[in-house]
Amino acid sequence: MAVTHSPFPVLLPGSGAGEVLALTRPISFWGGVDPRTANIIDARHPENGVCISGKVLALPGTIGSSSASAVLLELVHAGIAPAAILMTEPDAILLLGLVVAREMGWATPPAVKVPLAVQKELAGKRVSVGADGAITTAQ
Amino acid sequence: MTTLTDEERALAAGERGAGSAMAMRIVAESARLMGAPRLLRVASAHIDGALYHGDSGTLFAEKLVEGAARVAVPSTLNVGALDLVGCSRNRLPAHERDMARRMMKAYEAMGCAATWTCAPYQAGHRPAVGSDVAWGESNAVVFCNSVLGARTNRYGDFLDIACAITARAPDYGLHRPENRVARFVVDASGLPAALKASEAFWPVLGTWYGLHAGTAVGVIDGLQGHASEDKLKALGAASASSGGVGLFHVAGVTPEAPDVATVTGGAAVERVVLTGAMLQAAEARLSTAADDSVDAVAIGSPHLSLDEVLELRRLLAGRKVGVPFYACTGRHVIRAIDADGTRRALEDQGITFVADSCVVVAPIIERTTGVLMTNSGKFAHYAPGNTGLAVRYGALADCVESAMAGRLVREPMLWQ
Repeated sequence: MAVTHSPFPVLLPGSGAGEVLALTRPISFWGGVDPRTANIIDARHPENGVCISGKVLALPGTIGSSSASAVLLELVHAGIAPAAILMTEPDAILLLGLVVAREMGWATPPAVKVPLAVQKELAGKRVSVGADGAITTAQ
Repeated sequence: MTTLTDEERALAAGERGAGSAMAMRIVAESARLMGAPRLLRVASAHIDGALYHGDSGTLFAEKLVEGAARVAVPSTLNVGALDLVGCSRNRLPAHERDMARRMMKAYEAMGCAATWTCAPYQAGHRPAVGSDVAWGESNAVVFCNSVLGARTNRYGDFLDIACAITARAPDYGLHRPENRVARFVVDASGLPAALKASEAFWPVLGTWYGLHAGTAVGVIDGLQGHASEDKLKALGAASASSGGVGLFHVAGVTPEAPDVATVTGGAAVERVVLTGAMLQAAEARLSTAADDSVDAVAIGSPHLSLDEVLELRRLLAGRKVGVPFYACTGRHVIRAIDADGTRRALEDQGITFVADSCVVVAPIIERTTGVLMTNSGKFAHYAPGNTGLAVRYGALADCVESAMAGRLVREPMLWQ
């Protein structure tokens, strides 16, 4: 039975579906995610070695780097970006990668503001993120 | 909600071409995501976005060029992936080299000055106290805010050039006077004068300060009479590496801090008394090398000033170094040392100058294992991750003597 969570605030519009990869610690995209493989490469990160491509990536927080946007743009350009991004708070630098990708005419995943408790509840489930910010789980 | 003026909306709609429209939309979207109520006008830009991280960044810059975008304010360029002056070589593969070169040319085509330096403030780019600017590169940002007293947030890839094209930036963060007030005081008055006079003290102080401050704004008291521009440059760069410092004040030295009371707005704030032991602990973090070998030396992060190159020449005293020795600087300094013969003399003594670029952002160092010695807090922070070499921190004089010997030679520090 599908369960729909009422719409969350849309940070950047779009739609996408995939398995929820809920990171257990904040990550720095620059130096933390390999732009060529979409693998997490931060040796100190608990999800080190996991690939974020095609996942609904739930971020409990981000560590600021002014090149995070460049890494995310590179993932979108290479066709290996996450299917959607769920964030507890908007990180303007990271999301700038999606803003620029959209300007380049490349297909961009949506970004939605989702509280940590909901991120944890969705971990490991297959979900779709709608254009209105609604998240539907297929059970 | 961000409110745009009629002029800004017209620009976003393409009134002055597709390139400037794209730039305007990027600035406006960033402002919305940051929660800035409006945009403000900027007087200049320093652009970090021309460093190659992948093909997408090159395609972005070329799309702006195709859309006839030009920078609307004086804009300098931070380092690129290639040494266009030709002082040094790097090991980038052919495709990456080509894309990096295309990227650098695209930024020059938009009217950015080909400064290619992370120390633009020593290459003639010095905005007025209190002016709003859009600068990228963490050391340049912290110097601009702290030492020059101009106002900028940290503008990263894409947003920096978009601000330069539109002459606008989101109105938030360090552009607002209320966010520039010091929230804590660091009391350095108890440290020995000889320590504060030494070059190696400043990057260590910066490292400690960045770890303590994170992104908070503070003021350091007790450095009056000891600071120089190159020392403040080293302090800021280290603090922006170990922490996210965008602005620090030094009482009696930096423009917004004639004294502690003024820069704290008279509020009662946390006071930390700095001790030698605290600095010793910060200094220990800067080195990762397990033994006393030294296989290469790199200096110049931020890029060396002319004074720093001349100090290197003085310390070498005509001797030839025994290990690879990289000196990163801007073409503004290369021009000066070409003219007076210093470059030729130092190259004959084994120094490799790196212009337009830097050994931690491009594969320039010929080895990927061993120990790299540096007098830069920023190189010490980033070299292990970016180059693979272990790192050893020391004063410039120690770097020179170690480069002669091929192993660590060090004067004791005056921490107590």
